[in-house]
Amino acid sequence: MTLLEVAGVSKTFPGVRALDDVSFALQPGEVHALVGENGAGKSTLIKVLTGVYQPDDGAVRYRGEPVSFGTPLDAQRAGISTIYQEVNLVPLMSVARNLFLGREPRNALGLVDERRMNREAADVLTRYGVRTDVRRQLGTLALGAQQMVALARAVMVDAKVVIMDEPTSSLEPREVETLFGVIRDLHAQGIGIVYVSHRLDELYQICDRVTILRDGRVVHTGPLEELERIRLVSLMLGRDMAEVRREGVTGFTGEHEVQGAQPVLRAAGLRNRHKLHGVDLAVRPGEVVGLGGLLGAGRSETLKAIGGALPLDEGTVEVAGAPLRRRTSVGAVKAGIALLPEDRKAEGIVPSLSVRENIALAVLPRLSRLGLVSEKKIDTIVERFMTRLRIKASSPHQRVGDLSGGNQQKVLLARLLATAPKVLLLDEPTRGIDVGAKAEVQALVDELAAEGLGVVLVSSDAEELIEGADRVVVLRDGVVVGTLDGADVSTEGLLRTIAAASSAAASAATQEEAS
Amino acid sequence: MTDVAVRTPAQRVRAWLPAYGVYVAIVVLLLFNIAFTENFLAWSNLRIQLIQVAPVVIVALGMALVIGTEGIDLSVGSVMALAAAFIPLYLGYGVVAAILVALIAGVAVGAVNGLLVARVGLQPIVATLALLVAGRGLALVVSDSQLREIRNPGLVELGSGSLFGLPYLVWIALALVLTVAFVVRRTVFGRRLLAIGGNRPAAELAGVPVGRVLVTVYVVSGTLAAVAGVLAVARIQASDASAVGVLIELSAITAVVVGGTPLSGGRVRVWGTVAGALLMQLVVATMIKHDLPSSTAEMVQAVIILVAVYAARERRSR
Amino acid sequence: MTQDVTVPPIAPPPESALRDERRADRLDRIVGTVQRQGALAVLVLVAAIGFAAFPNFRSLANAETILISAAPLALIALGMTFVIITGGIDLSVGSLYVLGGVVAAYASQWGVLAAFLAPLLLCGAFGVVNGVLVAYTRMAPFIVTLAALLGARGLMRALSNEGSETYLVRSEAFRAFGSGEFLGLAYPVWLALALFAGGAVLLGRTRFGASVYAIGGSEDAARLMGVAVRRTQVNVYVLSGLLAGLAGAVNAARLGSGVTVIGVGVELDAIAAVVIGGTLLTGGAGTVAGTIAGVLLLGVIQNLINQVGSVNISWQQVISGAFLAVVVVVQTYLTRLRRIQ
Repeated sequence: MTLLEVAGVSKTFPGVRALDDVSFALQPGEVHALVGENGAGKSTLIKVLTGVYQPDDGAVRYRGEPVSFGTPLDAQRAGISTIYQEVNLVPLMSVARNLFLGREPRNALGLVDERRMNREAADVLTRYGVRTDVRRQLGTLALGAQQMVALARAVMVDAKVVIMDEPTSSLEPREVETLFGVIRDLHAQGIGIVYVSHRLDELYQICDRVTILRDGRVVHTGPLEELERIRLVSLMLGRDMAEVRREGVTGFTGEHEVQGAQPVLRAAGLRNRHKLHGVDLAVRPGEVVGLGGLLGAGRSETLKAIGGALPLDEGTVEVAGAPLRRRTSVGAVKAGIALLPEDRKAEGIVPSLSVRENIALAVLPRLSRLGLVSEKKIDTIVERFMTRLRIKASSPHQRVGDLSGGNQQKVLLARLLATAPKVLLLDEPTRGIDVGAKAEVQALVDELAAEGLGVVLVSSDAEELIEGADRVVVLRDGVVVGTLDGADVSTEGLLRTIAAASSAAASAATQEEAS
Repeated sequence: MTDVAVRTPAQRVRAWLPAYGVYVAIVVLLLFNIAFTENFLAWSNLRIQLIQVAPVVIVALGMALVIGTEGIDLSVGSVMALAAAFIPLYLGYGVVAAILVALIAGVAVGAVNGLLVARVGLQPIVATLALLVAGRGLALVVSDSQLREIRNPGLVELGSGSLFGLPYLVWIALALVLTVAFVVRRTVFGRRLLAIGGNRPAAELAGVPVGRVLVTVYVVSGTLAAVAGVLAVARIQASDASAVGVLIELSAITAVVVGGTPLSGGRVRVWGTVAGALLMQLVVATMIKHDLPSSTAEMVQAVIILVAVYAARERRSR
Repeated sequence: MTQDVTVPPIAPPPESALRDERRADRLDRIVGTVQRQGALAVLVLVAAIGFAAFPNFRSLANAETILISAAPLALIALGMTFVIITGGIDLSVGSLYVLGGVVAAYASQWGVLAAFLAPLLLCGAFGVVNGVLVAYTRMAPFIVTLAALLGARGLMRALSNEGSETYLVRSEAFRAFGSGEFLGLAYPVWLALALFAGGAVLLGRTRFGASVYAIGGSEDAARLMGVAVRRTQVNVYVLSGLLAGLAGAVNAARLGSGVTVIGVGVELDAIAAVVIGGTLLTGGAGTVAGTIAGVLLLGVIQNLINQVGSVNISWQQVISGAFLAVVVVVQTYLTRLRRIQ
């Protein structure tokens, strides 16, 4: 009997079809990999399975019965537990308390039997390789140990299905082994596991079957063993090896003319505790350098480190030969670095302010005298960029929060360009925006490069990266594992580097960590 | 997807009500009073109402700026007391010197608030609570817990004199309202403040010097509270550190919130704040004129706050 | 209920990792102890100074004075502790305290039971309103309870002829409760001690207490982990209202009347005591024992300043405020230290 099944499920959000006629089935005792790039619909599918979202169309069946979970809690009570990428426990409570919250053992008086709880917690956790004082605050444990506590809790609630969303992203290799031990054990007990990860090695090590999502559709489902690694990557990224169609896919026009031999941006030896382990990067004026790699490889972190938004343990950043002294966002902006953040809503737009205010935000000092802003200068600059970027708003005074995603992104780009930057760091510039706006943004990147800016482009969209970048630097676990140049900048080259890197770089990164 | 979002009528009402409801309420209350309250339009009555509301308005202006950054300033009442306490001590050096010292006290408290919030990273509510407690104590220590009468002619004139028929107090409040409205609308500082309240990480990434702006905001709030303290002394012709500005933080927060400034930051309604203070004053005045006790007014105010905040509350996303 | 999981033996972690772990454990324990017991340590220190410097401070009578005058604040702070641990705040308790006193004095004409029940019912009802508004409308606790502060104050003044009428306590038994002693301690002190003991058990040893901590630590995680978030929120505000009303009744019994001119800023004293006692204003951590220490510390400081005599008693506020600032700055620092390692 199929344990958990969705049939023909669709889910639409304003402007986006997140799931389109998706079917997926999980058998008891199966470890089922669910893969796809960002925006492919994985998280939406998980949310449908766990009752966070209700599907517009289609059915969810659990142990043969049609179900409709109203909340994640309902799903959990029915036996579907989820372990999220960010640990969803209470960091200030003790480890044991977290493990037993809501199910604390009680004594004859109905009071929590702390001693028994701690003893049982220690017993349970030892089996998960966590050896720590269970009275410690959870938040003081390493992330890997926290993840194990979450897993232990999920299994303790009599789960029939365990959904793991990137469970290893914060684990050390040793902890990954422990996790796999637990998974094998659950597997043997007939528990179904949905395993979401971008680490190909892991998938091949632990999973039986795979379902690949792309653009809200299932593009492949079947036994994992029979699927070649490079084929898996190509399915994920949506590039069929056999038929690489070039023309008209993106708004990019092709090569850029690199102006001058001296790099406008040079970053060397960027290190940040867990995220970056010595990344070097150089960009010349007029050049678009792509950062390739799968999720969690350190692409966004590299951009943030250069933009002063991620503290560095080591490393230098130079703009046009001058080293940045103040390692803050303020310093970076002043030096001519403009960063388009990945998360438009959380770190980009100020939704309560108008289009006009948002565009002018970073250049206010330049548009003012004695602290008074010049409305005329702002109008000029706002009009210029609204025209140039074809920002569609009812007026410059419309709230940015009310605009479409594409126009919000253009507003942010306008804000960056208004600072007349030398270096543009673009993190997923076209994610979640409609096709028209996407092509416009891509054409704009070309234009800016032609004007002599140095551009660093991060994109999960392989086409965008290949066609937009002159050079692609491939990252894996916070280190550079390859650079594609000239003719190598191709889908095949990229896929090969990523696929190869996923086995080679893992060990390199581990050594890095140990040193 | 439409490029320009179209709002449904219901959404329009939802957006309109918190912003302009306060004006509607004022108009309704004014009409009621004109119709049913004896001598309501008499100049003497209006004058008293304006004088009474002036200090609240001044303090609320600073509060509105602080709330615009998603903060709160509980210390304003104590700053008023501190300013009031310093006045008699320095009157010997002239009225200007005394006022200056009082204002400096406000700047100092504001700076401490700002540093605790922006640099140490304390929650605004607890940082300013500490100064609420300590500031009042300091004011009492400075004044030796004595009520002191003020006979300085300059101050007395400031408190009771008029220009073109309007008391100086009201002129000053009006000037400050215009200034703050101007600052919010037209200055770099004003825009940065709103950006910080609207989305702090975004403001930081856009190169806004967040720490500096926050400190300045709290300094402005402290200074405005000190101004209110000086005016309070001038009006009652006495400095009483134990009574000046008690609970004014609540009146100020009420005025700001009722005026449609969201507690979640990112927007400051200066004129709304003024209207909020006027509305609350009007409620009390109306009740009194109609022989309803001020206790009833308090309960009505409580309901008005809840209605205003309920109307303005953010819908849960998703 | 626990499914049996047998994990194959894994290689033991390297020695260096274990050492790091042990060091982290030790640091964590030290920091945790400072956070929890800091107020108590300072209380002992300040009391020791008082003992050494002021003969009058040493007397048993003085100790009793400190305890009995701290009792009402202690009750209020107890409720506030629960509210703050959930990540909320209750500004209405000062008004409810006064309202409770007035209602208790008025109701004492129908006997001692009425004198206790009336304030509990009325203030509990305010707590229900606070809790329901916070939990179900998602309005900020700050603003909801600010409105309740005004509402309760208005009601109190409406009941007492605009604050001008002070009802005298008519029940002898009620008055006796305020002034009587048992084993050398006043009844209100016993009451406070008993409630604190109960509060400690409730917070530390019941599932309700676990929910309180979980909500304050992370409301979203708590919801996902099956905690009845809304019900718990309503309960803590009701508890806070009840305790504020009870504090008012206790005070009325002690003073023999329902005084209307007290209670301004009591909510702030209570918040200060709770925070000084090591409870995080951001929620998720704190203890009832710390709150006692915080309340007593404020009381002892006041008492000592009274002892000095020549000094303006307002120094007490200055010191309390400065103390509060220092405590929260240290708390912030310690919390960061604990997170980083």
